[in-house]
Amino acid sequence: MNYIEHTGKYFLMLIQVFKKPQRTRVFYEALFKEIEELGLKSLGIIMFISFFIGGVISLQTALNLDSPFIPDSLIGFAAKRSIILEFAPTFCSIILAGKVGSYITSSIGAMRVTEQIDALEVMGINSLNYLVLPKVLATVLFYPFLIILAMCLGIFGGWVAGVLSGLFSGEDYIAGLQTDFKPFLLVYAMIKTLVFAFLIATVPSYHGYFVKGGSIAVGKASTKAVVWTTILIVIANYFLTQMLLT
Amino acid sequence: MIIVKDLHKGFGDVKVLKGISTTFHPGKTSLIIGQSGSGKTVFLKSLIGLHTPEEGTISFDGRINTQFTIQQKRQWRQEIGMVFQGSALFDSQTVEENVMFPLKMFTDNTTSEMLDRVNFALNRVNLQNSNKKLPAELSGGMQKRVAIARAIVMNPKYLFCDEPNSGLDPQTAIVIDNLIQEITDEYNITTVINTHDMNSVMEIGEKIIFLKNGLKAWEGSSNEIFKTDNEAVVDFVYSSNLFKKVREAYLNEKK
Repeated sequence: MNYIEHTGKYFLMLIQVFKKPQRTRVFYEALFKEIEELGLKSLGIIMFISFFIGGVISLQTALNLDSPFIPDSLIGFAAKRSIILEFAPTFCSIILAGKVGSYITSSIGAMRVTEQIDALEVMGINSLNYLVLPKVLATVLFYPFLIILAMCLGIFGGWVAGVLSGLFSGEDYIAGLQTDFKPFLLVYAMIKTLVFAFLIATVPSYHGYFVKGGSIAVGKASTKAVVWTTILIVIANYFLTQMLLT
Repeated sequence: MIIVKDLHKGFGDVKVLKGISTTFHPGKTSLIIGQSGSGKTVFLKSLIGLHTPEEGTISFDGRINTQFTIQQKRQWRQEIGMVFQGSALFDSQTVEENVMFPLKMFTDNTTSEMLDRVNFALNRVNLQNSNKKLPAELSGGMQKRVAIARAIVMNPKYLFCDEPNSGLDPQTAIVIDNLIQEITDEYNITTVINTHDMNSVMEIGEKIIFLKNGLKAWEGSSNEIFKTDNEAVVDFVYSSNLFKKVREAYLNEKK
């Protein structure tokens, strides 16, 4: 099957996904379960990585700025910009594509190969709507909070790294954070997050839902899903940056 | 009653079903038998609407399933109970949640009403005290019972079973067979079973359809299968020495 066919099939899948849920009560139960599975269970890894990457960004910036004419506040400024614009929305989304994407593909793929999806269809349930819509809404609703948390922890990690290493002072770092603050950059980061969250939920769902074969096929589909989600995040990142910042 | 007329189904150039016609009656257990690749699963999946026929019709009490509106199709699907080969239980849900699932999706019952119905269905399949267990904690036979309980919880008019005995020991297989037949009699359900198990054929086959190369090669009852001269059926059903001897004994007794 070529890429055009896959794209067409993906959009046809989305039409089924965005139909009205058959039972609101069942839908909300599934939504809260997915928020826990896809969102809350990702908190730990995102907090851990954000804190340390924030520290590394600040240390790298400090170590590379050896001119006496450049103020130390630039370290805070550069860390803030890097974390808000790229690290938190894009890098964290790629991490989530790996963690959450493989989970989504393998869970839906396992349901496919064990006929659980057939069972839903025989009962008269729109299986795409039942399985995928809660995942899409869970990621789109929860990931903005996750990414804001990543931004805060990344910036805090940078401050901790500076203070502990003695490469720059906490006051300079905070002054840098306050320099030329543009609220639109947060809006830009949130728009990216929403698009990436949508991709993280739908692309792996597509790969899991249409898997054919047994457990090996599910494993291969998981790998494919992570690769394609990452590629699409990188491409979407480029176009969104081009559209929103230039 | 399910009436199948001239059913054709293929995938690309491969023609799997080449014009099958038959009738399944309420309160009777009908078995579809045949070698691997004869089209049994495609036939069953066409009956339950997972495959759309290329030609021919399947009518459910006068209603042709390919002509349903979306609403009618939804209604019709609620009249169907299906037991899959691997049980197809939702592995993240407990036994109780699995059986309750169709009720939650399609009825406005209160939780206590649904629990009553779930317990009734689980009692009917002789599975008590397992409500809170996950499918992975159950044996194969118990999983099949849960699948049957889920299939009957909505009071279906039609029950379809794909290899309900596969992977089960002979004793458990007989228990499952008898359970399906009892439920069929009790609720006057039209039951269609896809099977390889010759014990089932002899025990509960009120009507047997033998498929070969996508065609109906023979149709009859479990008594008639002893007397048939159809070579394909004799070769398939009596391929084991045990069944050969049973048939010889039966025929000698008749003489």
